[in-house]
Amino acid sequence: MRMLKYLLEKEFKQIKRDRFLPRIIFLLPVIQLVILPFAANFEMRNINLSIVDNDHTVLSRRLTDKVLSSGYFRLADVSPRYDEALVSIESNAADIILEIPSRFEERLGREGTAELLIAANAVNGTKGGIGSSYLASIIQDFNQEKSLSPISAQEGGIRVTNLFNPHLNYKNYMVPGIMAFLLTLIGGFLSALNIVSEKEKGTIEQINVTPVPKALFLLSKLIPFWVIGLILLTIGACIAWLVYGLLPVGNMGIIYLFAAVYLMAFTGFGLAISSVSSTQQQAMFTAFFFMIIFVLLSGMFTPVSSMPVWAQELTRVNPLRYLVEVMRMVYLKGSTLSDLTGHFIAVCLFALFFNVLAIVSYKKR
Amino acid sequence: MNVIETDKLTKCFGTFTAVDHISFTVGEGEIFGFLGANGAGKTTAMRMLCGLSTPTSGTGKVAGFDIYKETEQIKRHIGYMSQKFSLYGDLKVWENIRLYGGIYGLSEKQLKAKTDELLRVLDLENERNTLVDALPLGWKQKLAFSVAIIHEPRIVFLDEPTGGVDPVTRRQFWELIYQAAERGITVFVTTHYMDEAEYCNRVSIMVDGKIEALDSPSALKSSFKAGNMNEVFHALARGARRVDN
Repeated sequence: MRMLKYLLEKEFKQIKRDRFLPRIIFLLPVIQLVILPFAANFEMRNINLSIVDNDHTVLSRRLTDKVLSSGYFRLADVSPRYDEALVSIESNAADIILEIPSRFEERLGREGTAELLIAANAVNGTKGGIGSSYLASIIQDFNQEKSLSPISAQEGGIRVTNLFNPHLNYKNYMVPGIMAFLLTLIGGFLSALNIVSEKEKGTIEQINVTPVPKALFLLSKLIPFWVIGLILLTIGACIAWLVYGLLPVGNMGIIYLFAAVYLMAFTGFGLAISSVSSTQQQAMFTAFFFMIIFVLLSGMFTPVSSMPVWAQELTRVNPLRYLVEVMRMVYLKGSTLSDLTGHFIAVCLFALFFNVLAIVSYKKR
Repeated sequence: MNVIETDKLTKCFGTFTAVDHISFTVGEGEIFGFLGANGAGKTTAMRMLCGLSTPTSGTGKVAGFDIYKETEQIKRHIGYMSQKFSLYGDLKVWENIRLYGGIYGLSEKQLKAKTDELLRVLDLENERNTLVDALPLGWKQKLAFSVAIIHEPRIVFLDEPTGGVDPVTRRQFWELIYQAAERGITVFVTTHYMDEAEYCNRVSIMVDGKIEALDSPSALKSSFKAGNMNEVFHALARGARRVDN
């Protein structure tokens, strides 16, 4: 145990003297949490709309104004005929066509029903799909406002209440996920580069001829990244609060508990990669390979439940998935430790697995 | 008493036999020179003795411990200085001394005394707070040697310790080696410099993984009818088939 003290002194001095690490530890959470939530945006804005108005009445004008004032759409052009609007879709000037038929106002007033045509460019499936559903709901709204139409009464009835994130603010959803990602980056990458850099410099050979047990040496590598990770989480939580006004509905202690175990798991993962690599390049590439898989299969950007079944099964062996879920559940829903028992066991198992792997793969000879 | 004993010690990498059935002993307090051309297998043999590499066959004991099963005990009783400089360049001089002293179990009080003594002997008192990276190579090597024997091991293994060092510093380095040997530390040293071979009590010369000659420098010179160790080395190494690298 006395050995550990000297080894830790060494690690912390080295980190402190590193020209790059202390800065990145501060900059990483700031940049990721301030910039990414705006970029990783699921809301569609600036959808280019081509309008074909065959009616030319007050009502059709009002509908057009309502659509455009919603803020989601931008008027690309007003075409006299559908074929011409199609040309602007083909030339990528427009994403969606809204065609208002002739005698729209007259039919709506008399028969109480009228048809509108929405045609979306589905090359970008998300933009097309989400765009036309925005458009449909705006039109429905318009319909209800015009209570002279009997349709609203017939249709009525559906009311949506969004639980836990009432305004469907995607930032509330992304920020806890990005905090989980930050811990993954620190734990995984920095530790993956660490042991292998000692191999490159040759200093590890001197350690290997000393009586330092390998588990102790690995522990001296793990603890600093563990501490750094928890500092980073604290910075991240402060940014979430100051910039997004986001405080966990649940207990912050649960988040720290999970982060502590998770950091052990991911640092172990990084150390295992470092042990089997002989150059920093190899270690970086291997870590990157796994990291992409972990991120895409974590449910951070796309919901796990909409993945194919085999991919859903794969997410079970992805530690990041559990942490992303825990972060969101505690931050937005206020889940308690008893709700998260399964997650906790999973994260503990990963910590055990990766650290055993690191010890086994680290060879003193 | 022998502190190193090997019998038919062999190391193969695939079909390549780096070390080929070497058998020798090194006595307590001896300065043993381990010579050979580049690629002769010196470093591989030394790594097996230090517990850094598992032999393919043969047996060996270092400080009385088996080189297959008791490598961790061996590590308590040896010092090692590798070909590649291996102190931490981003730590200060005193911090490196403290780290290795601490690893070998010196108390805080011993660490302080040892650090002062070392810096005085090496004449590095003014460099106590210098980062090791900033030291000239010769000073680094002397420091690395002193750190390698900080725990007063029974044997110290030195792998080409004076490579790239100027003649004056080499001389000083050998003075440190003699001081260590006087304290009873056995020195096992590989070198390229034949003048250094003359400083050893006994030398072995490796050619293509085998030990071709082993005796005191004076006995070798007379049996090869050579004026100096350089001629002895050339007479033996001429037959080598492994070229550099």
